[in-house]
Amino acid sequence: MTINKGEFVFLVGPSGSGKSSFLRLILREERPNDGRILVAGNDLARLTNWKVPAMRRKIGCVFQDFRLLPNKTVEQNVAFALEVIGKPRRFIKRVVPEVLDLVGLDGKHDRMPDELSGGEQQRVAMARAFVNRPMILLADEPTGNIDPATSIGIMKVLDRINRTGTTVVMATHDAAIVDSMRKRVIELEYGKVVRDQNRGVYGQAY
Amino acid sequence: MRSNFVFQEIWVGLRRNLTMTVALVVVVAISLSLLGTGLLFVKQVDSTRTYWQSKVEISVYLCYADSANPNCHGAVTTAQTTSLESRLKSMPQVQNVTYVSQTQAWALYKQAFTNDQSYVSTLKETDMPPSLEVKLVNPGADYNIVASAVTGAQGVDSVIDEMNILDKFYRLLDGLRNAVVIVALILVVAAILLVANTIRLSAFNRRRETGIMRLVGASNFYIQLPFLLEGVIAGLLGWVLAAALLIGVKSLLLNNLQQYFNYNVGLTMTDLVEVIVMAMVVGVALCGVTSFLTLRRYLRV
Repeated sequence: MTINKGEFVFLVGPSGSGKSSFLRLILREERPNDGRILVAGNDLARLTNWKVPAMRRKIGCVFQDFRLLPNKTVEQNVAFALEVIGKPRRFIKRVVPEVLDLVGLDGKHDRMPDELSGGEQQRVAMARAFVNRPMILLADEPTGNIDPATSIGIMKVLDRINRTGTTVVMATHDAAIVDSMRKRVIELEYGKVVRDQNRGVYGQAY
Repeated sequence: MRSNFVFQEIWVGLRRNLTMTVALVVVVAISLSLLGTGLLFVKQVDSTRTYWQSKVEISVYLCYADSANPNCHGAVTTAQTTSLESRLKSMPQVQNVTYVSQTQAWALYKQAFTNDQSYVSTLKETDMPPSLEVKLVNPGADYNIVASAVTGAQGVDSVIDEMNILDKFYRLLDGLRNAVVIVALILVVAAILLVANTIRLSAFNRRRETGIMRLVGASNFYIQLPFLLEGVIAGLLGWVLAAALLIGVKSLLLNNLQQYFNYNVGLTMTDLVEVIVMAMVVGVALCGVTSFLTLRRYLRV
């Protein structure tokens, strides 16, 4: 199965069908028992351990539980992702406000995560995932903890990110969103791909 | 820029675990001090030992006017002294013989106890026995042969094995040194365990941050470095304390030993610096290696 550059893919399926594992395999958090995985042209099996970090810099991740650092402000949380890969401070100072703008959080840069709503926290997470302009954005049930109305806002951001050329792969249970966006849908069941449909709907998977 | 970030992380890490860091610093300080003290002891003992190696092994005390020995009938005569001296010199086990007169003995005695006049004031020159100081070819081996050759001879008051007395003294010092080193080693083990525990706790406390660092693609080195340096810095702080303690040990304890000897047994600055540098190497190696091994086990990269 191939996911091409710039595509927007929904990964659907019941709990335990392997959606999270799919994403973890792409990140090389898990190793496959057999078969080959190529991410941005790199064969993951042939990648040595110390080359993995470089590959992960091309991938951004967003999670259901946001995974923000509670003791840092919004700005610091996003900057963290750049600091740890050694980007110079001048670069960070320029780029972070831009990306906060993109996700719609300008003006909230000095808030702490516990002062934000779920939707806002997820936007911070997305800003952090996107700030390094990764090639791929992986989202593991990003709207899982968010009400339907706010979820639409989140999806708009993801769409905006996708339009800049970033490939987006999103695992989700949210039938409404899948149905409304009509992107490529890959359905998993018990670890196997049972459907791969362009402009697909959520279908029967629960 | 990047170093800024690393230092920030180290500082945060040390502060979050403040009590454990303090415990670590203290234990490292104590164990390094004890190790260093043990080493200083060894050097000190060696310093005094080397002096004695070149000195007398047997003292043959000759009869003097107030001798209590029934073998003595008044002070030793010159003839008796000469005959004893030549007899000793003719023995193959004897390297050389030196005659110390009463006057010379009194002068030496006064010099030895310059710091403690009470010993000097209770005696006078005529209380000092003249002696023949014998140096053996094989120290310790031939005492019996030489001693029996002159014991009971005319004019001999007593024959003293100097090495025997010193032997007991050195055995005591060695025992002390061994005790110090054993305690030091136990503490070193404790220090290792503490370092491992502190790093493990630190890694656990920062698992959110390290998790994100991994996802975002920070290099393994970058992730591990703050923890490694935490361990090393705590070790260095402990070493600084240990160095101060060792300097204290040298200047307060060991320099006081000098008053018991009428020659220079003091340890040089080089000795002290050697011990302190060794302590640093041990301390840093200990903390660094333990941190590294602990990280490999508890920090997922």
